[in-house]
Amino acid sequence: MSQDLIVGIAGANGDGVSRRTVLKLVAVVALGAAVGVGASAGITHWGRTAPPPYRFFSEAEAKLLIAICEQIIPRDDTSGATDAGVIYYIDRQISGPLARHQQSYRLGLASFRKTCLQVYKTPFEELAFEQQTDALRLIEEGNAPNDLWGDPSQKAFFDLVLDHTRQGFYGSPRHGGNRDYASYRMLGLAYPNLIGQNRYANGRPI
Amino acid sequence: MSFPKVNAVIVGAGAGGGIVAKELALAGLSVVLLERGDWARYDEHNDDELQSQRTPALGNPFGPDDRRHRRVFVYPNGSTRIVLPSEGAYSNNAGCIGGGTVSYGAMAWRFMPQDFRLRSTYGEVKDSTLEDWPISYDDLEPFYEKAEYEIGVAGDYTNNPFCGPRKKPFPMPAFPYNKEGRRIVETATRMGLHPFPIPMLRNSVPYNGRPACIHMRSCVGFACPVNAKAGTHNTVLPIALATGNCQLRTGCVAAEIIVDDRGHARGVRYFDSDNRAQEQPADLVMISASATETARLLLNSKSKLFPNGAGNNNDWVGHNLQGHCYVGAFGLIEEEVYEEAGPGATVGISDFNHGNPGLVGGGMLANEFIDLPYRFCDVRPPGEPRWGKAHKDFQRRYYKHVVRLIGPVQEIPNFSARVSVDPAVKDAWGIPVCRLSGTRHPYDLQGGEFLSKKAEAIIKETGATRVWRNGPSLWLSGGQHQAGTCRMGNDPKTSVTNRFGQVHQIDNLFIADGSLHVTNGGFNPVLTIMALAYWVSDYIKTGWKGSKFR
Ligand SMILES: Cc1cc2nc3c(=O)[nH]c(=O)nc-3n(C[C@H](O)[C@H](O)[C@H](O)COP(=O)(O)OP(=O)(O)OC[C@H]3O[C@@H](n4cnc5c(N)ncnc54)[C@H](O)[C@@H]3O)c2cc1C
Repeated sequence: MSQDLIVGIAGANGDGVSRRTVLKLVAVVALGAAVGVGASAGITHWGRTAPPPYRFFSEAEAKLLIAICEQIIPRDDTSGATDAGVIYYIDRQISGPLARHQQSYRLGLASFRKTCLQVYKTPFEELAFEQQTDALRLIEEGNAPNDLWGDPSQKAFFDLVLDHTRQGFYGSPRHGGNRDYASYRMLGLAYPNLIGQNRYANGRPI
Repeated sequence: MSFPKVNAVIVGAGAGGGIVAKELALAGLSVVLLERGDWARYDEHNDDELQSQRTPALGNPFGPDDRRHRRVFVYPNGSTRIVLPSEGAYSNNAGCIGGGTVSYGAMAWRFMPQDFRLRSTYGEVKDSTLEDWPISYDDLEPFYEKAEYEIGVAGDYTNNPFCGPRKKPFPMPAFPYNKEGRRIVETATRMGLHPFPIPMLRNSVPYNGRPACIHMRSCVGFACPVNAKAGTHNTVLPIALATGNCQLRTGCVAAEIIVDDRGHARGVRYFDSDNRAQEQPADLVMISASATETARLLLNSKSKLFPNGAGNNNDWVGHNLQGHCYVGAFGLIEEEVYEEAGPGATVGISDFNHGNPGLVGGGMLANEFIDLPYRFCDVRPPGEPRWGKAHKDFQRRYYKHVVRLIGPVQEIPNFSARVSVDPAVKDAWGIPVCRLSGTRHPYDLQGGEFLSKKAEAIIKETGATRVWRNGPSLWLSGGQHQAGTCRMGNDPKTSVTNRFGQVHQIDNLFIADGSLHVTNGGFNPVLTIMALAYWVSDYIKTGWKGSKFR
């Protein structure tokens, strides 16, 4: 593969790319290949190396949220929320266009944690899958101890995570979730949705 | 700063405003067109469902943005909440050049003759401001035709016996039915109904210098990558600009119509793209900012003779907010009816728009635009789980196996469903924002029950194994189909403009957008908004020759 690239770049060199640029690019390609080989052993998904650090969540918050999202869209014979990187979608979006929900996540996850400790005497992540389902249903229906919840309410928090999990799993991969088009593949949808080479400037085709 | 005076200043380059700009500029008037948004650029959003105008999870791709705009929503229990443009309760349509016509689904319905005469056809409805339009289908017919030819509609009404008379055929052949559509056509025909292809503001063949549709699955909610979907941005606006008489200023937010002490409109005060306060004086002022924003602008324009806002001495501005209560039925079907051919809605049925025993009005039914995967998460029979393996299984199993028929119920106008101006909350420019309050008229529950049951009966006959209805709700209407807030009428006491969109008592102030609708039909509204814009322009052009508005 790096052979092809070098040929391609060498071709571009004739059109004005400097020799130094070519060498730099070659070096980057080579380095990328080396890292890729080293880290991809045992990983099924292309390009996934060490998980990037979260922008908003602490490691502990992320761990809990990943477990909740996996309940919402579990892995079976096809990818689930964890495989599809839903956590990265949520983390990125609430550090961007959905920043207004940061507080709800911070407080909601804390209430969620306390709820499980009080009701099940165990952190959510450590419950068996079926127990996790029960715990989540309790919160969805607003039946967990109310004194552990303020704003967001338990129902509101559940609905928020539900909606964002669906977005991360079923939305476009460009926002951090739906890795490898997991949901499109599951639904049998053609991807990516290619169109012509049309480009616009000032509203007119160029 | 104040600019030199022009003949006409228009606020809003959407469905209505785009057409008026072209008509006036071509007639030789000097025009300034103020639009708060900008040209939509396809590259910035492509086929991303989370940045679709239909499901704007990450913000409205076609505006307005969440950063600078706000509204106040009043719940039926009286509590209020500040809402952002990408939230449903904001009741958004769009905010870019072309307005809703860039990202719309492009269904191109004419209203039926009865839609303009609901009150005289059906009589009074209790606690409603139901009224006839001051103009008839026949008045608008030539202007519907003009919209169909100038913007461009593909259709064929051979099998639709219910439509009003038309002088010319559609300029383009109809689109073929998709798989789901064919199943519905077979079934409905067998049941004695009259299905026909949905007329579309979309090129079925190359037309007006633009190519034919390439059938993207991401069509409704998105801009067209090849410009096959026709809006004002790629049809009339380029013509307006080419005359040299129309100056388009983007990123300009109108704040107020300047009305002098003698009751004449003098121009528009606005903030330009650098947020500087500006004034554009003009001989006549045209407001085409959509039903919610037009009402807001009038209400924010207080003057000596109109202390409660321009044209609002009888307190009708902002009332009678309408849209469409969408109802219908869904069915799960063995056959794979999904087809990778957007936008997906292909068949319409008009048998239930009028003449339904015991019912005022009714509505059209059509199969649905393709539901992209995120939106499909809520397409569920009652009682289906919202999450977990069962939800995922449903997605996987039925995504391509749903037949749908849904439609807009003709809403009964409710005076208390309204846009007012919030006394406290302001947008980023310090302009008081829309306050939305009220509910639909209770009668709409009846219309919604009726239409959804008709849809259910058809879906059951398609061979679907599991069928469910989506019934009506009283939730305040508006949104994409917003209309009715500055209704036209012959009586200045019960309307805001005369039959030509001219605001009562302010001869040089006009409106041309969904606000004018007295009632909103049992159809998507945009072709009627376009026809009205031609109608209003025609009146202005005629009067202009005698310098009536100078
Ligand atoms: C996703 C979607 C699908 C739709 N599908 C259909 C369909 O299939 N068929 C159909 O008939 N209709 C459809 N519609 C609705 C249709 O787009 C609207 O009915 C139509 O655009 C309304 O026309 P208008 O002129 O009233 O307002 P708009 O088209 O909304 O134009 C108003 C313009 O005014 C601008 N503006 C507002 N306030 C200001 C201000 N203060 N200063 C400067 N500019 C301002 C706005 O930015 C906007 O560009 C759809 C809409 C959407 C969003």
